[in-house]
Amino acid sequence: MTWLFEPGWWANGTVRTALLVGFIVAVTSAVVGTFTVMRGQSFAGHALTDVATAGGAGAFLAGVAPLVGFVGGGVLGAVAMDTIGVQRVKGRDIATGVVLGAAMGVAALFLFLSARTSSATGTTQLVLFGSIFTVSPSTLPDVAWMSAAVLVTLAVVARPLLLSSLSVELAAARGVRLRVVGVVFIVVLAVAVGMSAIVIGAILSTALLIGPPASALRVARRVGTSVALAAGLGVLATGIGVLFAYDSYYWFPSHRGLPVSFFVVAVIVAEYVVASVARRRTRSTLVAAIEPEGWT
Amino acid sequence: MFASFMTNAWISGTIVALLAGAVGFFVVLRGASFAAHAIPNGAFAGAAGAYLVGISPLVGLVSFAVLAALGIGVSSRRTRNDVATALSLVAMLALGAAFLAVNLLYEPTINALLFGEILGVSSSQILPVIVLGVVSVIVLAWFYRPLLFTSVAPELARARGIATTTVDVAFLVVVALATALTVPVVGALLTFSLMIGPPAAARILVSRPGWAVAGSIGLSVVTVWASIAASYLFNLPIGFFVGALGAVLYLGARVVARRRATHPAT
Repeated sequence: MTWLFEPGWWANGTVRTALLVGFIVAVTSAVVGTFTVMRGQSFAGHALTDVATAGGAGAFLAGVAPLVGFVGGGVLGAVAMDTIGVQRVKGRDIATGVVLGAAMGVAALFLFLSARTSSATGTTQLVLFGSIFTVSPSTLPDVAWMSAAVLVTLAVVARPLLLSSLSVELAAARGVRLRVVGVVFIVVLAVAVGMSAIVIGAILSTALLIGPPASALRVARRVGTSVALAAGLGVLATGIGVLFAYDSYYWFPSHRGLPVSFFVVAVIVAEYVVASVARRRTRSTLVAAIEPEGWT
Repeated sequence: MFASFMTNAWISGTIVALLAGAVGFFVVLRGASFAAHAIPNGAFAGAAGAYLVGISPLVGLVSFAVLAALGIGVSSRRTRNDVATALSLVAMLALGAAFLAVNLLYEPTINALLFGEILGVSSSQILPVIVLGVVSVIVLAWFYRPLLFTSVAPELARARGIATTTVDVAFLVVVALATALTVPVVGALLTFSLMIGPPAAARILVSRPGWAVAGSIGLSVVTVWASIAASYLFNLPIGFFVGALGAVLYLGARVVARRRATHPAT
């Protein structure tokens, strides 16, 4: 098995932390992501990673804990998107875009200032691309309780959230307060995304949020099954990605490994292609949530 | 501010603004912000790849931007648009991350690609910017009517026999070309801000399409000029000013529109 598991894999503390954090984030992302995909809020889900990044850069500049900056920035962005008009489908795209554009400007400023005031190099890359291998074991408890908070909140609002995600009209008729549900969801999304952006990087955050749920929704018949399948696909992709990234250190004579994000995304794309081929024939509400209108 | 070393910045900034204003109007009209965000990021990966192979970054930018546009356009036929865009985006970014890992770039080079280095635009870069800019505008003008039609009433356009998917993909390719031009000047991240803020503001203020395109271009040019000036005066990254001004313009337009609604002109 040494050809697959290069020396030191089983005894390596960094690998263990990376896998543990990665799995927690993958499961949380799968649950939040299923609702994100069904609600058509992928753009917000991705934009919030960049907004959180701006918060992270600000925290770096102010000397606050990065996690506070990421999650705080994300929540601030989510509230701004909702205030501008994320709840109206028509204005959602623009509201997300305007908040994202402003956040990027702020990120540019913060990164510029922190590059000028400190001698630390690689800040930009660290903040933007993150790396699961640089996670310190001390952030593990924070990641664990934040994930727990996200999952518990989602469990509480699951029914009205699901109803409003599948049919706004039906939910309104049933007396669901759409605005409240929408705000709760986007704040939960911001916390989940901010947390995952700092521990696994912005690329992987979006990849794990959208990829596995999009694949699972194509083949599962029930929402519960879909969530479980998405979690499994996310965990699988993370595990394979971390393993290959670790191994890739030995692939080149230069010992310059390829990033985890590259491998995880490759697995996620492969999963998605397989799921698209295996797409079930029957059209149900679930599959309609992922395919374009008019597609048969 | 108007010293000789700033000349290239003013010229290229103005071209970029004209283009972003025109393309951005349709981005806003079609609700294609996510694609407009994803394509520059794909272009960034292309530039990183071009450095790796040792070819001109512009080639990498153009080819990857077009690749991202085609990826989004084609996969949107089978998946809802935002999911297709998200997946294309992360695929591109992951490739970019791999390129960067194999070929360690200086951090300033990466920063320039992400946040723009308008003062670093050389005279040899101006010509391709002009050529690609003109090509994009010609293409846009050439299919202005079907583009407008499919943006405003997609069902009606389809019923009239317009190949909406073709128009979609063609539009995304124009976004890609515009992007490839804009990235080296204002950076991957702020290309997006310029395509959203000023056009969204123009669309709120002006209702006639022709005038709204003009307004969008006007606001975009003003944003870039003001940003270059502010960037020069305060010695801060131009991206910050483009992002902030875009948001301010949009919010200002919302306030004006609300005023108009509550106090109709007498």
